[in-house]
Amino acid sequence: MSQMAHAGKKPLLWDYLTTVDHKKIAILYLWSGLFFFVLGGIEALLIRIQLMFPGNTFLVGKTYNEIMTLHGTTMIFFVAMPLVFGLMNAVIPLQIGARDVAFPFLNALGFWLFFFGATLTYVSLFTGSAPESGWTGYFPLSDNNYTGHGLSYYAIGLQISGAGTLIGGINFLATILNMRAPGMTLMRMPMFAWTTLVSSTLILFAFPPLTVGLFLMIFDRLFGSHFFDPAFGGNVVIWEHLFWVFGHPEVYLLVLPAFGIFSEVIPTFSKKRLFGYHSMVFATMLIAFLGFMVWVHHMFTVGLGPVANAIFAIATTTIAVPTGIKIFNWLATMWGGKIRFTSANLFALGFIPTFVMGGVTGVMLALPPADLQFHDSYFVVAHFHYVLVGGVVFGIFAGLYYWWPKIFGRLLNETLGKLHFWFFLIGFHLTFLIQHYLGLWGMQRRIYTYLPGQGFELGNLISTIGAFLMAIGVLFFVANIAVTFRKGAVAGNDPWDGRTLEWTLPSPVPEYNFLRLPLVRGLDAFWIEKQAGNKEMLPAEPLGDIHMPNASFLPFLMSLGLFIAGLGFIFKDQYNPAFLYVGIGGLAITLLTMFLRSVIDDHGHHIHHEEVESMEGGASLS
Amino acid sequence: MMNEAKTVSLPAHPERATMEGKNKFLGFWLYLAAESVLFASLFATYLALRHSTMGGPTGKELFQLPTVFLATVLLLTSSMTSVMAILSMRENKASRMKAWFIVTLLLGAAFLGLEIYEFTEYVKEKHTFTSSAFGSAFYTLVGFHGSHVLFGLLWISTLLIRNWNRGITLYNAPKYYLASLYWHFVDLVWVFIFTVVYLMGKVG
Ligand code: HEM
Ligand SMILES: [Cu+2]
Repeated sequence: MSQMAHAGKKPLLWDYLTTVDHKKIAILYLWSGLFFFVLGGIEALLIRIQLMFPGNTFLVGKTYNEIMTLHGTTMIFFVAMPLVFGLMNAVIPLQIGARDVAFPFLNALGFWLFFFGATLTYVSLFTGSAPESGWTGYFPLSDNNYTGHGLSYYAIGLQISGAGTLIGGINFLATILNMRAPGMTLMRMPMFAWTTLVSSTLILFAFPPLTVGLFLMIFDRLFGSHFFDPAFGGNVVIWEHLFWVFGHPEVYLLVLPAFGIFSEVIPTFSKKRLFGYHSMVFATMLIAFLGFMVWVHHMFTVGLGPVANAIFAIATTTIAVPTGIKIFNWLATMWGGKIRFTSANLFALGFIPTFVMGGVTGVMLALPPADLQFHDSYFVVAHFHYVLVGGVVFGIFAGLYYWWPKIFGRLLNETLGKLHFWFFLIGFHLTFLIQHYLGLWGMQRRIYTYLPGQGFELGNLISTIGAFLMAIGVLFFVANIAVTFRKGAVAGNDPWDGRTLEWTLPSPVPEYNFLRLPLVRGLDAFWIEKQAGNKEMLPAEPLGDIHMPNASFLPFLMSLGLFIAGLGFIFKDQYNPAFLYVGIGGLAITLLTMFLRSVIDDHGHHIHHEEVESMEGGASLS
Repeated sequence: MMNEAKTVSLPAHPERATMEGKNKFLGFWLYLAAESVLFASLFATYLALRHSTMGGPTGKELFQLPTVFLATVLLLTSSMTSVMAILSMRENKASRMKAWFIVTLLLGAAFLGLEIYEFTEYVKEKHTFTSSAFGSAFYTLVGFHGSHVLFGLLWISTLLIRNWNRGITLYNAPKYYLASLYWHFVDLVWVFIFTVVYLMGKVG
């Protein structure tokens, strides 16, 4: 008897702790990401409450810095990354016609590393000192003289979760390159698969510099090295380089998948194929390449000299070209289409003007003489929220409304979805549009208060009101999830009249994804079959047993070991040197589980086709 | 289903004959790309800090080229012996493969021993991890490489012990192959360390 018959009997918690199924891992990523989104959102509201009136004393000094730092760190690393990863995990194998990802075990490991890294960062809140030098962790602000232990939590927490991201990136690269269904050439892949591929390449090259930067930070803070300590010959600008060599590509590796989502949503709800597919693919690669060439635009004010500044300014502004190509392609896709204004599509449509505004201020910032004025003012805050929220978060919401039925089998409520969208969109522009002006009027970034009569009162008040409108929007989303689970409409295979392979499968998708791998005959594979009058894909293989990976508890244990190690090393400094042994013990757990992984043979198991046939009702199979 | 008993006939490239092997092959190359960026970042940091000796001994005064040269020869030879191991694997000659891997392990361990000896010498001359930014950068870069060597030794040993009585199969061939790939990578990084740290350090 196969494992499968037992699967239903596993207790839910154990099932999720040991799962290697990409669809369940997607759900883990989504729930954790949404949880941290609520946390990060609460932090944002706290920040905005403090800045609502001049001279406010709600949240001052160190506490303000901590909340502000946690907000930024959380939103980038523990919200945007896992939600994007969640959607990729839910969709990519389905879109390319694969039974699984290339490395199911590593997929689980990637998730647990992210999860324990994020948790470790938040442990700081309960031990007296959270990170406080901004999400960029600049030195010398981040060294032991100026900060409490919070920065050590930040460094080790991000190190652990960053390892998870790198593993995830490699996994998606190998999956997309190696596991595509017969006929699915690269140029027949859906755009979301393309952007995932390119974005994973960015992860591959952008995360190692962060890893190194964080190691050096950890060594400086916990083990007495002097990389960033000028008194011993260290150099703080090295941190800035390492951070931004990672940091700038990071924003593209977040926004490219969002672009991919829009490229799925807009054609589906316009009932047209994506305009300019080839140029979209090319633009994606160009953006990724240029994304690596521009990190110094974050350092124009450091004093690297006019030549460096000029080169990086030009490189930065050229990114506007491929991005513009994409915008025009989306517009052309809608042109003359039969547009349906579903919640998913509303987020896609709201994204276009919002992101364009963010891009325009980006080009403004890319001019060094102008940046010398704008730098570290609220203008920058407005800019990056226009791209991060208007691009990435809108993309995530569009993706969630679009694929929710595929993931959970039920459709999110459209009325609540529209309320969510309008509150969020209006709240967003109310919050951030005015911040451009606040910046131009002289309000600095990362300050916790301002004086009455400086002319900042009205702007800040408006901004805070907007933030609360956004929060109401998110509440509608939370309510929507609750309502959907209780009495959401059952989705069926293909609720949107979709174009790509995931819509050929039942919702939710069975654990083996495809009973028989589909034969792909062109771009928008499912649409092609529908046009030809077929209800489903032609199979590319006869019915047979399906090979599946085994569940495993080791990924959880491996990550737990690193979590314990991290705590031990930080506590060594914070409380008692004897905690060093806890740290070493944690590493030993991880090494031991790695050892177990390599000595225990794991050939996976098979699902027998008779069993599958009885499950799928047999009839549709013959 | 793979069968451990069936060791008689293997395809020409047993490490890439199964889907799992193909995935591992590609995935590991990607991983090595990430590792290259990691070491590149460490090299850049080292280059930026190598003159920040803060009155302590400079690389020029410290480095003993004969020792380092010997270490280099040991490690490069071990790369060659691991190639021999993989060639034997492809010819399905298990015991020859094991022998070559053991030679590889011995050479790698000797390299590590020399490195530890070298580090203790430097510490005696007051060149430590915490003495200056140069010290921090030097021990971090070279130590990162050293820990990679150690990890490789543990990895290959585990593989050998686990598969000692099992011959070469489509299941373990990719594992042997990746371990040797890793080993080559570690050796390649050493060539850069030898050049950038030691030779350039000697020139000043
Ligand atoms: C695509 C998504 C983008 C995201 C997520 C993003 C995000 C960010 C973030 C978080 C910062 C703040 C850096 C800090 O902490 O100081 C920033 C600054 C900056 N961004 Fe973007 N950005 C994006 C696109 C762009 C584009 C398209 C351009 C230019 C064409 C651009 C140019 C700049 C410049 C020059 C700065 C430096 C501002 C300063 O230091 O004063 N960004 N961006
Ligand atoms: Cu940037």
